[in-house]
Amino acid sequence: MATIAAVLRRPTSPTGVWAWITTVDHKRIGVLYLVTAFTFFLIGGLEAMAMRTQLMRADNSVVSASVFSQLFTMHALTMIFLGVMPLSAAFFNFIVPLQIGARDVAFPRLNALSYWVFLFGGILLNLGWFTGGAADAGWFAYANLTERTYTPSHGMDFYVLGLLVLGVSSLAAALNFIITIINLRAPGMTLMRMPVFIWMTLVTSFLLVFAFPVITVGLFQLLFDRFFGTNFFNVAGGGDVIMWQHLFWVFGHPEVYILILPAMGIVSEVLPAFSRKPLFGYPFVVFSGVVIGFMGWGVWAHHMFTTGMGPVADAVFSVTTMLIAVPTGVKIFNWLGTLWGGSLDLKTPMLFALGFVFLFIIGGLSGVSHASPPADLQQQDTYYIVAHIHYVLFGGSIFGIFAGLYYWFPKMTNRLLDEGVGKLNFWLMFIGMNMAFAPMHWYGLQGMPRRIYTYPSGMGWDGWNLVSTIGGYILAVGILVFVYNVFSSLRRGRVAGDDPWDGRTLEWAIPSPPPHYNFAEIPVVHGRDAFWEQKYGAGHGEGAQTPMHRPVAGGSYEAHADIHMPSPSYWPIVVSFGLLLLALGVVYGLAPVMLLGLPFNVTSLLGVGIIFIGIYGWSIEPVA
Amino acid sequence: MQHAATAGHIELPTSTGLNSRKLLMWLFLASDCLFFGPLITTYLIYRGRSPVGPYPHEVFDIPYTSVSAFVLLMSSLAMVLALAAIQRGDVRGLRIWLLATAGLGLVFLGGQFYEFNTFFHHDGLSLSKNIFGSSFFVLTGFHGAHVTIGVIWLLSLFAGSMRGMLHQGNSLNVEIAGLYWHFVDVVWIVIFTVVYLIPAPLPH
Repeated sequence: MATIAAVLRRPTSPTGVWAWITTVDHKRIGVLYLVTAFTFFLIGGLEAMAMRTQLMRADNSVVSASVFSQLFTMHALTMIFLGVMPLSAAFFNFIVPLQIGARDVAFPRLNALSYWVFLFGGILLNLGWFTGGAADAGWFAYANLTERTYTPSHGMDFYVLGLLVLGVSSLAAALNFIITIINLRAPGMTLMRMPVFIWMTLVTSFLLVFAFPVITVGLFQLLFDRFFGTNFFNVAGGGDVIMWQHLFWVFGHPEVYILILPAMGIVSEVLPAFSRKPLFGYPFVVFSGVVIGFMGWGVWAHHMFTTGMGPVADAVFSVTTMLIAVPTGVKIFNWLGTLWGGSLDLKTPMLFALGFVFLFIIGGLSGVSHASPPADLQQQDTYYIVAHIHYVLFGGSIFGIFAGLYYWFPKMTNRLLDEGVGKLNFWLMFIGMNMAFAPMHWYGLQGMPRRIYTYPSGMGWDGWNLVSTIGGYILAVGILVFVYNVFSSLRRGRVAGDDPWDGRTLEWAIPSPPPHYNFAEIPVVHGRDAFWEQKYGAGHGEGAQTPMHRPVAGGSYEAHADIHMPSPSYWPIVVSFGLLLLALGVVYGLAPVMLLGLPFNVTSLLGVGIIFIGIYGWSIEPVA
Repeated sequence: MQHAATAGHIELPTSTGLNSRKLLMWLFLASDCLFFGPLITTYLIYRGRSPVGPYPHEVFDIPYTSVSAFVLLMSSLAMVLALAAIQRGDVRGLRIWLLATAGLGLVFLGGQFYEFNTFFHHDGLSLSKNIFGSSFFVLTGFHGAHVTIGVIWLLSLFAGSMRGMLHQGNSLNVEIAGLYWHFVDVVWIVIFTVVYLIPAPLPH
């Protein structure tokens, strides 16, 4: 045992590269998620700029049709799976334990595993660029275009393997956050005292846990079709191409809520903080989020009205889709109610949150217009759909995430992002986004199909396409302004202190950046907006009073060597690397070794071996 | 992921009083339901659609598969006895019943291997032969993969018990493996019923 313990000694260095590679601290993992996801977000943005440049004028030839197909596929995959989802995960990681008064997540090593699997999955998804062409069948990759016969390139293989690997990451993270929220709340923090961001994280995590297995099945069936000659989506062999659409959208529609609910949670934190009022109708906001989570499972086939499902299915999914707008509307009215009569402080996080509400209403309304099958038949596969998804995903999710970035950056770094540059950032993004995406409504309804790489002149689309492209560039400048703001504020930004916004929730009760153990003493919670109550006493929800006393939530933050935190571990990255090798082996499964009648190959077997060693090392490494 | 954890794992009090690792397994199993659900659905939708044979009624040997299903069910009984043994501190009983559980699991896997082999070499049913073969092999194959992981897990627990790492105080490690094992069993009951016992419509 002694020798094994020596081999499995856990890494100890607190700084340097190895400290980051082996970290299990939720705050460091949050930062890793944030930096990685933002990098992918920039890559996805470059892909978008290439497309907008191509579509700037009729009969343009900046990129070829083939490259354009890869661009729109990879832009969507990158933004959804490698941008918005992990940016939300970055906030889950950094903020959830702080807001519930915990020292870490329930399974710190599993949390590290989620990150590394996400990173390797993201790389895997993008490998197609370097191996003869990335995935090019659109992000929902309709069968049977995706069969080996019609898409022979490795890009599609990387689509399948990349999404399978990313699924492992999402599942592990979602399980972890559900249990963290259920089991690690500070004493007194009942479910109905949890901040709305925590509630939305919980709902999102449940959606992930139940949605990802469904797409996993679809991806495995596609994988077997492509590699082992099965017939799942091969019509000649009895397969059904509509089957893929059902499997994809049973995952894909809850996925839409996976993308938007975290942003709704962030906005529900930012609006009260900058209105200096508690959230209006807290139970309604919480329960409408939960209802969206449930109803999100009953609307998937509104993506499939044009497949000819018949009048009954069309009617049912039309009604459920219209109904799901109700809880969404409830939230909007509660946000407006929060603003009403508040003393609004229009700092940058607040601007982004207000931008979210404004733009999400537009995106939500165009969404309701797809709920009617006859209207949807006209809108399907036009730029109107592109306009809708960008209003909800860019105007919604990304604006919510930017509100969160400006709001929590001081907590992460103890520096405030510059307000002047921040306002410039907001207005560039707001104007750019509306210029880029609003005209898509018009030329979409005029019939411009999405995903065409060029168009002839004289269709009435030229002028508005140019406007969209100019808007896209303004948007890109806005993003660059944000990057500048981060770098300059990290160096010269105003020191934030513990509580720069006079915040309401527990993360503001501890130092910025938080010590590795978060809370010197675990706080005891007596009500909603726990920290506000500590500062101003119960029953003084509205308006600003003089603080009764400085909070004592954290106790003293001197040296706390006595607080035991989990040690770093090598094993999460080892297991993740094994998974990467396993997936690579499937794609490049040349000269397979026959084993039990199934073809295996050395790379995959090596990957499986590394995963096993990793899990064993993981399970028997010393607790310290 | 939380494999047979180290002896002396510190369990902190939780908000609900429920153990976090146990909750993790329950949630994972809930998620796994949504994995087997679409696989079974796919099979049900596809099984009568093969343009060419062999068809389900031509290849299934119900008495044979009933025996292997019985073997897997009995392994669940052995699992219960293994957990009961360690919960009263009987390490020897734990070892015996863990080996019995894993052994019965291996017998089931051997049976599945033999069955796949017969279908393939005798009946000419392969993954790519027709849509019945595709959906049948992928569904039962993924179940077999689950059983395989379970057997490895049980044997790891057995090895751990031989090194004295399991005792009454951390019987939870056995309980969590048991949850997984029982789930895999229950899934087989569903598969056995809907795949083997309910007759498939003949192709039109």
